Amino acid sequence: MNKFLASSLGKKTIMALTGLFLVLFLVEHLYTNLLLFAGDGGLAFDEASHSMVHNVFIRIVEVFLFLAIILHVYQAVMLTSENAKARPVKYAVDGTGKTASWFSRNMGLTGAMIFFFIVVHLYNFFVPYRITGSVGPDGHETLSHEVAEALENPWYALLYAVSVIILAFHINHGFQSAFQSLGMNNKKYSPLYKRTGTALAIIFGLGFLSFPVLFYFSHVTGFDILNWNQ
Amino acid sequence: MNITLKVWRQKNAKEAGNFVTYRLQDISPDMSFLEMFDVLNEQLIGKGDEPVAFDHDCREGICGMCSMMINGRAHGPTRGTTTCQLHMRSFNDGDTIVVEPWRAKAFPVIKDLVVDRTSFDRIIATGGFISVNTGSAQDANCLPVPKDDADKAFAAAACIGCGACVAACKNASAMLFVSAKISQLALLPQGQVERESRALNMVKQMDEEGFGSCTNTGSCEAECPKEISLENIARMNREYFMAILKK
Ligand code: HEM
Ligand code: FES
Repeated sequence: MNKFLASSLGKKTIMALTGLFLVLFLVEHLYTNLLLFAGDGGLAFDEASHSMVHNVFIRIVEVFLFLAIILHVYQAVMLTSENAKARPVKYAVDGTGKTASWFSRNMGLTGAMIFFFIVVHLYNFFVPYRITGSVGPDGHETLSHEVAEALENPWYALLYAVSVIILAFHINHGFQSAFQSLGMNNKKYSPLYKRTGTALAIIFGLGFLSFPVLFYFSHVTGFDILNWNQ
Repeated sequence: MNITLKVWRQKNAKEAGNFVTYRLQDISPDMSFLEMFDVLNEQLIGKGDEPVAFDHDCREGICGMCSMMINGRAHGPTRGTTTCQLHMRSFNDGDTIVVEPWRAKAFPVIKDLVVDRTSFDRIIATGGFISVNTGSAQDANCLPVPKDDADKAFAAAACIGCGACVAACKNASAMLFVSAKISQLALLPQGQVERESRALNMVKQMDEEGFGSCTNTGSCEAECPKEISLENIARMNREYFMAILKK
């Protein structure tokens, strides 16, 4: 097992498995977030968030989620730096742009940008909700209102929007790439992985983009999006 | 055709190299890229200069020696060709063409455009063979191999070990090469005896040689003169997983 984990293929396997796990998490995350648009003053969203905190299963998965992020990032840093070392003298003319897409060649860069966003994102929501308790049932503010307030800040809304677009491209390449790494690609199934990855990228991209866009404009226009149904 | 060449010149493995510009006149569009270099070298020798060292052997696209990075593309801009099969008609009159050696830690430059590819040989030596005695040519019916497998093995066996995959990959990864060698033997009955040890040993040697890891960008497949498929890398990964589980 150690031999496997130390090998190039072992590291790639970890990237793939953790990456796919993170994709799975995003499904859940998008679903919960969309409850913000229920128009009930954020009630459904706040209740869902609250019940997740008290769900043992979710708490266990949460540990794996943090582990997955740490492993994915650690392995990404290792792989990216090792790969850079494999070509100590660079080419005077770089032709990789003609044979591979920009996003496939810059997974390290897009990953680093996503990581930056995750840190800011956790600091904005996870820390006050779960650690200091200033937001949530016992805090001075509900989580849904905290979200709405945070996205009133044009810079945060912009960072959010740009990050999720980058995330979409990361997944568009990453999803099918993970199946290749896991040895599951062949002529029959590759098109399926590619199309699924692209579909997920579009769903996540547009889905998560809706939060900064709609909340920011609801702030600017004065239309109360949390309560539209009441 | 008139061509301006910027060629990497490097005396030996130790000294630093640099680009030298050469202007060539009246180059025939029907010349191969290597013949164009022959013309250049004739002129250099005539002037008493050192000719440009470059690898070549068969000049018909089967030996894999003619490694050149041409305007950032392994073996030049055309798909599925080696440098010896690339013709000057693929360029325009008045073009400036930059020619560099393969760049990879595992492929050190020996001189000018010549690199040392013995890292590939060492990988082959760890598993790219079969040790069973296959005897003399048998009746085809004695070896029932499905057509599909035979075709896939044949397509993988088309790899000429030129190193374009490594040269073209942003990570200088050798996985297309290694996977082609592993696939070719894993798909056929003769390759079964060493199937697991082959996958383990060749991947181990590949890692030790200092090649990068695949990030599935697809540059290798796009640049491979034999158009070896990325499917082989997926198969190598499968072979490796199975071998790890069994051994
Ligand atoms: C929710 C967030 C993320 C998701 C869903 C995600 C998903 C994925 C997936 C599915 C892959 C493909 C794995 C493979 O090629 O086998 C991948 C690759 C990669 N990810 Fe992420 N990732 C995320 C965050 C990050 C972060 C934060 C970083 C870095 C700091 C990062 C860096 C990379 C790199 C460098 C690769 C390429 C590795 C390779 O192809 O070998 N990712 N990601
Ligand atoms: S010289 Fe043999 S392949 Fe080009």
